[in-house]
Amino acid sequence: MHGTGVEVTLPEIESGSGFAKNDVLAVKAYRTKLLKWDANDSETRKGGAKIVAVNGQLIVFGTDVDAGDLKIALTQKGTLNVKPNKGIQMEPIWLPAPEDVWNRLKEISTSGFKNYTLAEHLGFSLFRVVIGFFLGALVGIPLGYAMGLSDWFRGWFDPIVEFMRPVPPLALIPLVIIWAGIGEVGKTILLFLAALWIMAIASRAGVSGVRISKVHAAYSLGASKWQIMRYVIVPNSLPEIFTGARVAMGVCWGTVVAAELVAAEKGAGMMIMVASKFQQTDIVILGIILIGIIGFGIDMLMRWAERILVPWKGRG
Amino acid sequence: MSGLSIQNISMSFDLPNGGSVQALKDVTLNLKAGELLSVLGPSGCGKTTLLNIVAGFLVPTKGEILLHGNKVTGPSAERGMVFQQGALFEWMNVRENVGFGPRMKGVSTARAREKVDHLLDVVGLQDFKEKAIYELSGGMQQRVALARCLANDPDVILMDEPLGALDALTREKMQSLVLNLWKETGKTIVLITHSVEEALLLGERLLVMAPRPGRIHKEYRLPFADLGVDADLREIKKHDDYGDKREEILEMIWNMEEEIMGRTEVAG
Ligand SMILES: Nc1ncnc2c1ncn2[C@@H]1O[C@H](COP(=O)(O)OP(=O)(O)OP(=O)(O)O)[C@@H](O)[C@H]1O
Ligand SMILES: [Mg+2]
Repeated sequence: MHGTGVEVTLPEIESGSGFAKNDVLAVKAYRTKLLKWDANDSETRKGGAKIVAVNGQLIVFGTDVDAGDLKIALTQKGTLNVKPNKGIQMEPIWLPAPEDVWNRLKEISTSGFKNYTLAEHLGFSLFRVVIGFFLGALVGIPLGYAMGLSDWFRGWFDPIVEFMRPVPPLALIPLVIIWAGIGEVGKTILLFLAALWIMAIASRAGVSGVRISKVHAAYSLGASKWQIMRYVIVPNSLPEIFTGARVAMGVCWGTVVAAELVAAEKGAGMMIMVASKFQQTDIVILGIILIGIIGFGIDMLMRWAERILVPWKGRG
Repeated sequence: MSGLSIQNISMSFDLPNGGSVQALKDVTLNLKAGELLSVLGPSGCGKTTLLNIVAGFLVPTKGEILLHGNKVTGPSAERGMVFQQGALFEWMNVRENVGFGPRMKGVSTARAREKVDHLLDVVGLQDFKEKAIYELSGGMQQRVALARCLANDPDVILMDEPLGALDALTREKMQSLVLNLWKETGKTIVLITHSVEEALLLGERLLVMAPRPGRIHKEYRLPFADLGVDADLREIKKHDDYGDKREEILEMIWNMEEEIMGRTEVAG
């Protein structure tokens, strides 16, 4: 038995005397190997020789003989198949050891993966999220305000927004591909759509959630319509908008990874998809962990910004 | 003609089911400048509706409001309002809240500052000028609301249960504050309350309203507000006259409530 990637030389053994000589066999970890026991013998399988017992136990085709650390089976052709026991270990291709993942992290953060460094992959995914979210907010917030302030806008856009909101952005990928391809434009459109409805609903809620007494108070303090908008409605809606932004950023992050799984030249999703095709499980695991950390980091960052910028949230 | 004139106001609300509620019917009332009026009445008799009409938030179905002879057509800074709670701006600190009115008129923050700080001294919040609204207690918040209203120098101050959410002790202190401010500033004040005691203490004139439709049931002229300025309100409450009036009004409102209940029972 030897580990993966280790070169072994077969130990010299006494071949013994008689018609069946002793054999020696090296088996790689997690693998099995056939023992052609008659290769060095005078009596061969062609000549009618057969193995009838292993370790003193009778052996027939279909039933293994347990020989301690390994199982031995008889093949249809009469050779022996040697299967070492794996215990509870798992092959690295399913779950690599933590130190392998760690080493791989060091490797691809310096020498990169598929033409881009790790930081570039992650950075590019983040960049797409920021652009998509920014555009979504740029359109979504005014749309939400308009819906909150004007019945006409609400009448027209409410059904659209309410319908689009529960549609998972991933379900839009095929349509976006048809419209714009899956290049940067397609991805940006997808993220824009992912953020748009969330931001529109959040800002509409922020506007229509203003206490009427606040608006009345401002009016009787002499504020004009525009001043009420500027000093009451907008600040009052900020906490809701921040909550929306936090949700939207999270959704965008998930969406960008999924979109990159479909096709991309760089990005976190592309990295794990390509690694998966080459069975580089350590990179896949590494990618998943990093994606999780970044998603969590985005959330923490938004919470922090919320505490700093809208400290009055939830204390009206 | 100076003062506030409520002329023949009627108000009915359309209901979604096609019917309508008559919240006020033929309410007429004249207040001289500087008068302090408290309004009492069972729940749903149209007190808030009346105040909202005076403030200009609602347009009455019939009648009109005149202030110094000019017809009221909408909300304006000459009629300030103090709400029960939740009408302060949490995104501004105490000083910015109080300075809101002057700022809306284009007065620079620096110029308004002296007045704002003086008002905060008057309401006893000199040590809380930079604090956020949510860091204040309910009583302090109401003092901010009062100062914010005064910073605009309105002719009329309208208050809808301004002390309703406060504990008994804070409430008593605030009642003294309102009385003193009234005497010092000479503002016309209309104060809605659910507490008969408060109405007696804070009303030169006391209006009892009756429901369905909302209308003026009875009016009193009372000496307690004048007596209460610079005096211990608890002493005022020991007046024989005060106790008699309180019993009389409690009985009156009690009977109205009974009647409403009885009617709903018959209707049900
Ligand atoms: N916007 C509205 N739409 C329909 N009905 C209304 C509206 N506002 C008030 N009403 C009705 O008008 C009547 C008077 O209401 P109002 O709020 O003025 O009473 P109130 O005397 O202030 O009561 P409370 O003491 O409970 O505050 C009530 O029957 C109420 O249901
Ligand atoms: Mg009311």
